[in-house]
Amino acid sequence: MGGYSLTDLVSIMAMQGFAGLILFSVFVLMALGLAIIFGQMGVINMAHGEFLILGAYMTYICSHVVQTYAPALFPVYFFAAVLLAFGASFLLGIVVEWLLIRHLYKRPLDTLLATWGLSLILQQIYRSIFGAREVGVELPPWMMGALQATDTIQIPINGLIVMGLTVIITIGVYLLIYRSRWGKQIRAVTGNRVMAGAVGIDTDRIDRYTFGIGCGIAGVAGAAFTMIGSTSPTAGQLYIVDTFLVVVFGGAASLLGTIASAFTISQARSTLEFFLSGSMAQVLVLLTVVGILMLRPQGLFTLKVRR
Amino acid sequence: MSLLARLNTPERRELLWLAIFSVIILVVLPSILEPFRLNLFGKYLTYGFVTLGLVICWGDAGILSLGQGVFFGLGGYCMAMFLKLEASSVANTKIQSTPGIPDFMDWNQITHLPFFWQPFHSLAFSLAAVVVVPTVLALVIGVAMFKRRVGGTYFAIITQAIAAILTILIIGQQGYTGGVNGITDLRTLWGWDIRTDHAKTILYFVSAIALILCILAARVVRMSKLGRLLRALRDREDRVRFSGYEVANFKIFAFCFAAAVAGIGGAMFTLQVGFMSPSLIGIVPSIEMVIFCAVGGRTSLLGAVYGALLVNWAKTTFSEDLPQLWLLAMGGLFIAVVLAFPNGLAGIFRLAIDRLPKGPGGRRQPGITPVVAEQAGAPQ
Amino acid sequence: MTDQPDGSRRMLTQRRNVLKGLAAAPAGMLVPAIARAAAPATSAVNTTGLAVTDDTVTVGILHSITGTMAISETGSVEAEKLAISQINAQGGVLGRKIKFIQEDGASDWPTFAEKAKKLLVGDKCAAVFGCWTSASRKAVLPVFEQYNGMLYYPTFYEGLEESKNVIYTGQEATQQILAGLDWVSKEKGAKTYYLLGSDYIWPRTSNKIARKHIENHLKDSRVVGEEYYPLGHTQFNTVINKIRLKKPDVIYAIVVGGSNVAFYKQLKAAGIDLHKQTLMTISVTEDEILGIGGENIAGAYACMKYFQSLKNPNNEKFVPAFKAMWGAQSVIGDVTQAAYLGPWLWKLTAEKAGSFDIDKIAAASPGIEFKGAPEGYVRIHQNHHLWSKTRVGRARTDGQYDVVYETPGLMEPNPFPKGYQ
Repeated sequence: MGGYSLTDLVSIMAMQGFAGLILFSVFVLMALGLAIIFGQMGVINMAHGEFLILGAYMTYICSHVVQTYAPALFPVYFFAAVLLAFGASFLLGIVVEWLLIRHLYKRPLDTLLATWGLSLILQQIYRSIFGAREVGVELPPWMMGALQATDTIQIPINGLIVMGLTVIITIGVYLLIYRSRWGKQIRAVTGNRVMAGAVGIDTDRIDRYTFGIGCGIAGVAGAAFTMIGSTSPTAGQLYIVDTFLVVVFGGAASLLGTIASAFTISQARSTLEFFLSGSMAQVLVLLTVVGILMLRPQGLFTLKVRR
Repeated sequence: MSLLARLNTPERRELLWLAIFSVIILVVLPSILEPFRLNLFGKYLTYGFVTLGLVICWGDAGILSLGQGVFFGLGGYCMAMFLKLEASSVANTKIQSTPGIPDFMDWNQITHLPFFWQPFHSLAFSLAAVVVVPTVLALVIGVAMFKRRVGGTYFAIITQAIAAILTILIIGQQGYTGGVNGITDLRTLWGWDIRTDHAKTILYFVSAIALILCILAARVVRMSKLGRLLRALRDREDRVRFSGYEVANFKIFAFCFAAAVAGIGGAMFTLQVGFMSPSLIGIVPSIEMVIFCAVGGRTSLLGAVYGALLVNWAKTTFSEDLPQLWLLAMGGLFIAVVLAFPNGLAGIFRLAIDRLPKGPGGRRQPGITPVVAEQAGAPQ
Repeated sequence: MTDQPDGSRRMLTQRRNVLKGLAAAPAGMLVPAIARAAAPATSAVNTTGLAVTDDTVTVGILHSITGTMAISETGSVEAEKLAISQINAQGGVLGRKIKFIQEDGASDWPTFAEKAKKLLVGDKCAAVFGCWTSASRKAVLPVFEQYNGMLYYPTFYEGLEESKNVIYTGQEATQQILAGLDWVSKEKGAKTYYLLGSDYIWPRTSNKIARKHIENHLKDSRVVGEEYYPLGHTQFNTVINKIRLKKPDVIYAIVVGGSNVAFYKQLKAAGIDLHKQTLMTISVTEDEILGIGGENIAGAYACMKYFQSLKNPNNEKFVPAFKAMWGAQSVIGDVTQAAYLGPWLWKLTAEKAGSFDIDKIAAASPGIEFKGAPEGYVRIHQNHHLWSKTRVGRARTDGQYDVVYETPGLMEPNPFPKGYQ
């Protein structure tokens, strides 16, 4: 790389490192909800992208309401929107579990089809309510700027917010599953559903709330993605391929696997994109993922469970 | 009564239904539909190939593949490559900077035909590739997955990932594949113009007959010991394994069979519709094909084919009137079928038949035992 | 064929689907009452069995109103319906009111082909206004050529195509690109360019033309990077870093769809100020800015033939009429305006030809002038594209463009440009 000064190169490398980390956070945020649900119940939620977009639309509504009724709060409305997005997706998740998923636990393959039907319906509902066009979610100016770390290093603030949210959510999920009484019950149900039921755990309730939380996290992701992407009835589809790749590559049932796989894919992609063209980088990453999946189809990590 | 009694062996009854089906698609539809609508049904029939394969793979062996669009598309692309080369004769492509190669290659500054396009000058090779390419891919995936006992939902999402990946590959390599536009403007098959109404009607009959032959082939598979084993391993995989069978091999067979017929369907699609594009390969079309099968009945060959015809017909008809409502209806239909009618239309039909007064003889046809409960098929 | 009676029954049921384009004529429009009695006989204007009666003529509208492309195509549908209702309010075409049948392409190319065939064969539409992506046009083109239909295609596109059965009302690539590059080179003194695009035929062909022009026709100028990202790509931080490293004078961006929003939001968040860094795009119309947010793209230059803020008498009538029909919030982009031209050009052509017959329309099209176009005067070229001006606009925070430059004369459409292939 001739012709560039050393400081230039160093700052580009630093910023590129951040770009990789941001991509990693985005992947984790996208995939975590899906992985939790799959790990817990063996259900793949094909409407994941639509739950995500629900979060984005909630942010959109929130920004309008705040701008109209409480403009003073506009600079910080986003944090309320994240909570609202979680709440809305969580509630919808609970309702969907109650109406749909719980009837299908014995037929996990059929949940794929049912949730896909659900995603069609949700897309059409969004289109009817918000119109077919993209909506612009207006964000407070401070969130759309860059942090001037040094003279030549600029770090996108929205990237930092995404990273922060990811860390909070990941720690939250960790505490919930590995440190709380409720998490103990979740793990018990995952390990052996029948025995867990026998010792008095209400497995139905555990399933319902786990599904709700998985959807809620998707909603948070959607709220976060209003900072970096578009909001439209079909925008959920933009994220779904990457999400599935991350989950499959990570081994689907393991949260650690999901995080490891998000890290691997994001670093590979951002590094390759830097040296190659974008399409080429994506193709190489995809081919490698497929290759590894052929050699190790259970993914990077697998969870030993008794079923 | 005597007629009913004679027809009441399950074997004969099934053949009767097949005969009725053949009459419907070979005689009834062509005589009541104008050429344009008939051509549409020809397109729907090509999805029938896919759903047929899914009955063996999903209904019988319990392997849900969400990547059937991949095999459908590969078959279609093999056919399209041959037709495109024929349409890109030097005379037809005079205005290009490099005459004699497909137009999209010329637009992408490719100056000579890539090596993997060369063999597609031969019709025999292309026809063989229509079946072989999807089958080989299915074999590779099948060996990699089933030998390691990967199955169930996890297998389903891996096939889905493969569908997504292939789409991105094709779109990204547009100089070699036509990209997102696909391979368009196909004209002749060995000098025979496939675009005329007359040709399309002939192609309809070719599809219909090929489909009936494939149904017969699938029926042979289902009636054999192999078919019984497939159903056995769907319901109790471990017991089949403990009985000394190599379960993976049977699954691989079912998967490859489904891939091969899907490839034939794809080739027929290309011939009738006149182009092939990545929009037929990706996640959405792949799932839709599974849905056709589920609506028709995943354990019934004819049910699955009727499912493909009906859902597509409904899609065309309703989307002409109420496109928005159609999406809601389609989503609702899938949920309803999955929740309430796991055996689809065929299951409802069978219930109705069972209510009829019965003669002596077998009650239930072999090979169409309804799905009771699928096992999670967890990788262990 | 054998099923003639059945065929006509089919026609009857389909006629029920016909939506009547009679939405309220905008208040500002003049409504000259053309004497209906003067309408020429049906047998004279329709010798090929099109859906023309003594007082109506049926056309088709074929866009995606579901699926991912609905985002972009909605505006075109609205513009076409507006044009049809205005034409009807003025008395229609050759004394006949226009009825339209709308079909949904569902963002799926085979569906486009199927519906196109239905409109031509089943409904006998005299003209079809529709398609948006190149892929959908490629899918329907053989259908239009085989069944001899007439398609009015509104989108700016890559060129490399010319058909008797299509009128391209948007600009082809050289029209859209060359003037803009000349302007940015002269006005900004730009020497280095970074070409960026979504990975499909239109951005690739456009960038190819841009590259040839930069390297062969602009003094001392060169391309320092050229990159493509898959459609729907949402992560642009890496490419932004690459751009930072190369420090180009101009970022030339042809990113489309959902990627667009991601690209501009991330560009802004990365601290790249478009008031200092020149960015020129040919893919962001006012429609796209709705999703991107005006504050995220303000300062960027767009090069196309129409902007909503254009000041001329035609546009001053068109914009209020559009808003009256589709709501005060609606915006009008380049493609929307081009879609609006379709029905009008067809009307003018039919009146010149004195017939709805496709062959006569195709033959009469070259030379048709439309003086009422919101973009100003346009004329159909021998190659069925439009002569039109090219303009450069600069994005404002409110989502509109300020027009900063327009070519003095009409640009000639040149779908097969010599020296650019």
